[in-house]
Amino acid sequence: MSEVSVNAPKGHIEVRDFSLAYETIEGAVQAVTDTQIHVKPGEFVSIVGPSGCGKSTLLNAVAGFLKPTTGIVTVDGERVNGPSAERGMVFQQYSLFPWKTVRENVEFGLKMRGMPRSQRERAARTLLGLAGLEAFEKHYPEKLSGGMKQRVGIVRALATGPKVLLLDEPFGALDAQTRVIMQQILTNMWQRLKISVLFVTHDIDEAIFLSDRVYCMTARPGSIKAEIPIPLERPRQQSMMMSSEFLALRRGLMSLIREESLKAMGGEITDMGMQGLSIELHGHSLADVI
Amino acid sequence: MPATALAEADSAPAVVTPSAMPPSFGTLALRWYRLNRAGLRAAAIGVISLLAFLLVWHLLTTYRVVFFVRFTNVPSPLAVYASFTKAIHDPKFLMHILLSCRRIFIGFSLAAIVGVPLGLIMGRFKLVHEIIFPVAEVLRPIPAIAWVPMAIMLWPTNEQSIVFITFLGSFFPILVNTLHGMSLVDPVLVRAAQCLGARERSIFREVYFPASLPHIFTGLTVGMGVAWVSLIAAEMISGQYGIGYFTWEAYSLVQYADIALGMIAIGVLGLGSSVLIRGAGRLVMPWRAK
Ligand SMILES: Nc1ncnc2c1ncn2[C@@H]1O[C@H](COP(=O)(O)OP(=O)(O)OP(=O)(O)O)[C@@H](O)[C@H]1O
Ligand SMILES: [Mg+2]
Repeated sequence: MSEVSVNAPKGHIEVRDFSLAYETIEGAVQAVTDTQIHVKPGEFVSIVGPSGCGKSTLLNAVAGFLKPTTGIVTVDGERVNGPSAERGMVFQQYSLFPWKTVRENVEFGLKMRGMPRSQRERAARTLLGLAGLEAFEKHYPEKLSGGMKQRVGIVRALATGPKVLLLDEPFGALDAQTRVIMQQILTNMWQRLKISVLFVTHDIDEAIFLSDRVYCMTARPGSIKAEIPIPLERPRQQSMMMSSEFLALRRGLMSLIREESLKAMGGEITDMGMQGLSIELHGHSLADVI
Repeated sequence: MPATALAEADSAPAVVTPSAMPPSFGTLALRWYRLNRAGLRAAAIGVISLLAFLLVWHLLTTYRVVFFVRFTNVPSPLAVYASFTKAIHDPKFLMHILLSCRRIFIGFSLAAIVGVPLGLIMGRFKLVHEIIFPVAEVLRPIPAIAWVPMAIMLWPTNEQSIVFITFLGSFFPILVNTLHGMSLVDPVLVRAAQCLGARERSIFREVYFPASLPHIFTGLTVGMGVAWVSLIAAEMISGQYGIGYFTWEAYSLVQYADIALGMIAIGVLGLGSSVLIRGAGRLVMPWRAK
């Protein structure tokens, strides 16, 4: 366990004057412009925004898969210029290695670090135990449900003791009940490990429920439209989602996103049209529908 | 949150809990039968259809049917069986078979030893691909049999040229399928490995190679088939010894039963070698076991 629990929170992410354009045959596609974000050590921060606004682009730049066109990304003061085990990542598509058992998947990062077999086996078992997966250590990923796959993905990303955990819509493909459980597990692990988390999601409830702070992005080219602190106390309970405080945050965030989603849809939609739309969407967040 | 609750939450694969009493032999047999019913059915039908084939063959030859094709000189199954019982005690026949197997083994192994690594490297390094691919594309459509005269010129002994032909026959399917496997490797898995700290060499060994294995084995299976085709043709044209030569010689010596015996031997050997490859595939890729 020594490799995963360290007392002082770590992982100060800073993204400054960031912009990123994709080169395509039709010219440069500006995905993200003029973006400043930061995540304090041990903080849980979410990014929400309309589809295609550049959330994944931003996250992939923090992971080191993409180079910013302008600006700089640093973690604990060090410039990011490539993927590293310091920044764990969980992908929306289940990205477990199909040819490795659950335990071998979790061991992978430790193996890359050169840890001896018996030691990493023990570490992997402990971690799997924390996520309630010890019974499945010998299974191949194909045999697991979506929720279990993603749980293994999170455990795998955490096994090397990263400073930062990056998640790109990790629960997007899961059903509502599984999602709630996954949110609990993620919260538990985050609190235990005291690392910083940058979490991309479509789901406003999820963002509020999990985060200390939420960034809302504009339609493409994406930039930060608003930064909303979430003052809800922790530990958070499912029942808080009905509290007036939660609902107020939700309303605020929803109207921000609604504006941007409509922009993203490119329509010059009149007020009348917007009213019609919001009536149709009664009870759902627009981002869910899009 | 208790681990068991988590494990039950998403639909986990049912864990068989052994009951206190071990099930009786009768129950076990019944269970086995239920699970394998489809397989048993297929096996039974397979046996019946083979028997029917023998019966039709027997009838066509005993009545010397002439209907577009002439069965006048075709040996009956019983005649073939008789020559089989004789051949099996004949060291010369066994030597034919052994020699063919040796040629296949050497030619095919060389093709796999060269083709698989070459495909992996071509799939990973653009420059190698750009250099070798055009040459391979020009040579690939040339059937191995068309190489016979050239092979005889190239190699000092007949034996070497036959092995060379066998090698060529299996080389291209192996190379092309390995390349195909490499081109289908999921980039998300590569990224996952990278942010777990894997470097180029480990990514190659831990991601590209196992991800390509299913296609490599497709290549090996196809390659083995083509190896036999090429070998038999080469033996018929230029051989001394070998089961292809045996079959052709039987024709020249008017030993019609031996023609069919040679053909059946080739069929059985081809089947045997593809079963071997399939078995090796199962051993190497346990995650694909059903
Ligand atoms: N490789 C690429 N080449 C060109 N354009 C791209 C590329 N990848 C993404 N884009 C464009 O950049 C924009 C931002 O993409 P990105 O995937 O970051 O958005 P997103 O917010 O994650 O979207 P979603 O919510 O659908 O996941 C999109 O408009 C997309 O079409
Ligand atoms: Mg995305």
